[in-house]
Amino acid sequence: MSLFWITAILLIGAIVPVITEKYGRRMNTLATMLAPAIALAYIISLLPAVLAGETIVEYLQWIPSAGLTLSMHLDGLALMFSMLILGIGLLIIMYARYYLSETEAIGRFFSYLILFMTAMLSIVLANNVLQLWMAWEVTSISSFLLISFWSSKSESRKGARMALTVTGAGGLALLAGLLIIANIVGSYELSTILASGDMIREHSLYSVALVLVLLGAFTKSAQFPFHFWLPHAMAAPTPVSAYLHSATMVKAGIFLLARMYPVLSGTEMWFLIVSLTGLTTLLIGAYVALFKHDLKGLLAYSTISHLGLIVLLLGLDTPLAAVAALFHIMNHAVFKASLFMAAGIIDHESGTRDMRKLGGLWRYMPYTATLAMVAAASMAGVPLFNGFLSKEMFLAETLHSSALGFLSWVIPVLATLAGIFAVAYSMRFIHDVFFNEEPKDLPKTPHEPPRYMKVPIEILVALCLLVGIFPEFIIGGLLRAAAASVLMVEVPYYSLAIWHGFNIPLLMSAIAIGGGLVVYAYRSHLYRFQAQFQEADEKRVFEGVIQQLVRIASKAHETLSNGSLQRYIAVLLLFAITVTAVPLVHLNTALTNAPDQPVSGIEIIAAIILCISAIATVMYHRKRMVSLITLSVVGLIVSVAFARFSAPDLALTQLAVEVVTVILLMLALYFLPQKTPVESAPSRVARDVGIAAAIGGLVATINYAFITQPIDTIADFFLANSKIGGGGTNAVNVILVDFRGLDTLGEILVLGIAGLGIFNLLAKVRLAMPTANENGLKWSEDSHPPILAMISQSLLPLALLVSFYIFLRGHNMPGGGFIAGLITSVALIQQYIAHGVDWVKPRIKVDYQTLIALGILIAALTGIGSWFFERPFMTTWFDYFDIPWIGQIELASALIFDLGVYLTVIGASLLILASLGKLTSSHRPMAEE
Amino acid sequence: METLYVICVGVLTSCGVYLCLRGRTFSVVVGLTMLSYAVNLFLFSSGRLNLQDAAILGMSESYADPLPQALTLTAIVIGFAMIAFVVILSMRARADLGNDFVDGNEPPDMNKLIKPNRDKS
Repeated sequence: MSLFWITAILLIGAIVPVITEKYGRRMNTLATMLAPAIALAYIISLLPAVLAGETIVEYLQWIPSAGLTLSMHLDGLALMFSMLILGIGLLIIMYARYYLSETEAIGRFFSYLILFMTAMLSIVLANNVLQLWMAWEVTSISSFLLISFWSSKSESRKGARMALTVTGAGGLALLAGLLIIANIVGSYELSTILASGDMIREHSLYSVALVLVLLGAFTKSAQFPFHFWLPHAMAAPTPVSAYLHSATMVKAGIFLLARMYPVLSGTEMWFLIVSLTGLTTLLIGAYVALFKHDLKGLLAYSTISHLGLIVLLLGLDTPLAAVAALFHIMNHAVFKASLFMAAGIIDHESGTRDMRKLGGLWRYMPYTATLAMVAAASMAGVPLFNGFLSKEMFLAETLHSSALGFLSWVIPVLATLAGIFAVAYSMRFIHDVFFNEEPKDLPKTPHEPPRYMKVPIEILVALCLLVGIFPEFIIGGLLRAAAASVLMVEVPYYSLAIWHGFNIPLLMSAIAIGGGLVVYAYRSHLYRFQAQFQEADEKRVFEGVIQQLVRIASKAHETLSNGSLQRYIAVLLLFAITVTAVPLVHLNTALTNAPDQPVSGIEIIAAIILCISAIATVMYHRKRMVSLITLSVVGLIVSVAFARFSAPDLALTQLAVEVVTVILLMLALYFLPQKTPVESAPSRVARDVGIAAAIGGLVATINYAFITQPIDTIADFFLANSKIGGGGTNAVNVILVDFRGLDTLGEILVLGIAGLGIFNLLAKVRLAMPTANENGLKWSEDSHPPILAMISQSLLPLALLVSFYIFLRGHNMPGGGFIAGLITSVALIQQYIAHGVDWVKPRIKVDYQTLIALGILIAALTGIGSWFFERPFMTTWFDYFDIPWIGQIELASALIFDLGVYLTVIGASLLILASLGKLTSSHRPMAEE
Repeated sequence: METLYVICVGVLTSCGVYLCLRGRTFSVVVGLTMLSYAVNLFLFSSGRLNLQDAAILGMSESYADPLPQALTLTAIVIGFAMIAFVVILSMRARADLGNDFVDGNEPPDMNKLIKPNRDKS
């Protein structure tokens, strides 16, 4: 078996409760307990090895190329936490079976609980910080699900949301912190990180990483000032509070501190932040707990206080303090879980948790009362119980601290003060509930709970006693192993014993107990004093902050995303200007630019025509027809430019496309307004001119920057292999149909999709057909002038012949499937224009959609064909044949591929234009509006 | 030559961008067409401006770079498909929405920004 199985088994175990829910409560509970029990048994089987000082590390390759490896390890600290998580988890499952009523979805509850358990175990077993963080976030999410289990209650939902927000935000900080640390060390591996403490502490980013990691830990472990979420999380079912909010999840932050202790501790900053936070939390928690009338509220603040105590211990930064912290983690988990369960029983059996109503329950449930009293005594730090031992160690350590210089005496004094309050609230928990006056108008008559509901508490209480009386025997080994993995050096000598003789810590304990009793006796004065203050409602403050955030966010959203595409384009372009302009500023101008080639007069004239017509297109863009005409002039000059710069294929393509585009735009314009009204405000025009000029300037600059650089091209490969490999002398065409044939295949696919998309867009369009232009001038009735019809009809064979010729010679001379296809399309469109759709339709009985499909199919099949000759996809075959009278000709499979391109181009362009043209004819799909 | 060339590319880009920022669909279509000219020229020029010979083997000694040409050729055809799609989309939008605004409706602050006497043109 491997450590990874623990997570795997538990993950499977998370589904089990939902499946077994239908077999009844008992079966369901037993089935749910199976997975944690197996995991616990396995962990215990590893116990001897770990106690002997071994660390079990296991790896699982995940994405080795990205350096990501899952890895898990089990050392003393992980072992201690695993046993707490699994052991208490099992007891909680047993308890929850009785706690939840018959009507509640216990399967779902158990599922969440096991999911949380999996995540928690993954945190403690992780040997990779990213893995640790993932599991950390999963605990936040599963605790959200558990707190909001009673989702019909508003306070559950709010409490869950608050817990998720606070711990989730802390989680993000933690991620940042862990990434910084991993970056400093150069590894995500925890074992590597733990071994490089000095490197991290000396790094300049140490303080940033420390603060971020501490933010994560403090939010999770409810440290002041992030403690407020924990009392509100008490809206959860009590088993959840007992498990998450006392024993496990809130300890995750402390686990993290302990885990990172060898790396982050040992500096002034660590001491100041961690110990002062811990001390503040310890005091505030203990003080506030006394005033909570809700049983769970009291326990929540007591938990906060104890968490503060542990954090303070870790902050004191002495080896023995760390040992005491680990000891108290275990003790607190044990007594606090049992107290929560007892509170749950009281709530369950009497119907209320309000201590002002409760009282005198000793008579109704003496057995539960005894258990609760033992646990509460442990919480108060009474001798013979486990809480006393770790508290004693704590007090001793506070005495040894000298980090605050002459003010060091403050720490033990405040610690004793907190101890006084701890005794007082423990006293209140017992006295107000079980003794004092008789209960007042309870919803139920209290009685003892079902037998097995008490078993988990009995086990925990027995542990309190056993550890309290025989500490070394029960827990000594485990504690030593955990301390060894936290300190990473020789663990100093310490003795776990009840009696250390008369010393100052014992005196402090005595003061705490005596003082606590006094405070409790005179609590009414304190209540009156406290009543003068207005009680801060964290929930309202928190909700207010959240709502404020939402308001700001939606305001920002409304400003940025107002639904105006026009604005989006402007924003996008402004952003593009920024990101291009900044690097250009830093670009070295000293780069040697080649001198310009000489310019002839014709080129200057062409350039002037180009610029003038481009600007005219803008100037006259409101007169749409005019702008279309000037646009076509621009297109023509562009194709002339291609011809001039040794690109005949491009020139031909551009020319053919130009014709098709302009015809298309003219047809479309027929259905659109002929003019654009003036509607842009002058400021808008100025802004747009600015953006346009900036973009144009940038593009020109970049263009100039690279075309004047010496060329470094891979063209030589294509030129060298064009003839011998592709069998054609027109390198451009060979690239298209051979070297980059797959690109071309993809491209004709896009063309086909565009054609089909347009066909569909037009299939159901409802557009009025204008009968006159914008000036009220009627369109000519004679739409098909005979001269045009005659000439175009007689030109058609010639045009087809030319396109066929262009197609055939494409492999060796300028031409090819694209150009030939466009020429054929233009010839056919000419027929549509001259004769109208009604005339052409019965004469060209070709379905253009089929033509597109056929073309793509031919091209793809040609490519696949090479597989039959055991060649890679799209390998060209060619050979030369001697045919009598005609001479030697070359046949190449690329020609068939080009045929596919040819057919697709014809199909797509005619599908587009013909479906648009159809709108003007009797074939209109819809009646006019 | 190079300077002249990039000036033309710059002018085409500016005109295209300006038209793309207009509020009516047809202007945007015209702007996109113009912009695609500019982009094609821009891409094409990465093979440098070669006045000598086309990339037809056996015709001369030095050849123009065929790779940018092949890429630009496909860019021209794809550009056509895109413009066709956009213009048909704008027709469809006009049919379905009853106007030809890019945003699908009249800008709310339009009338406030324009002085009434300019409305006549």
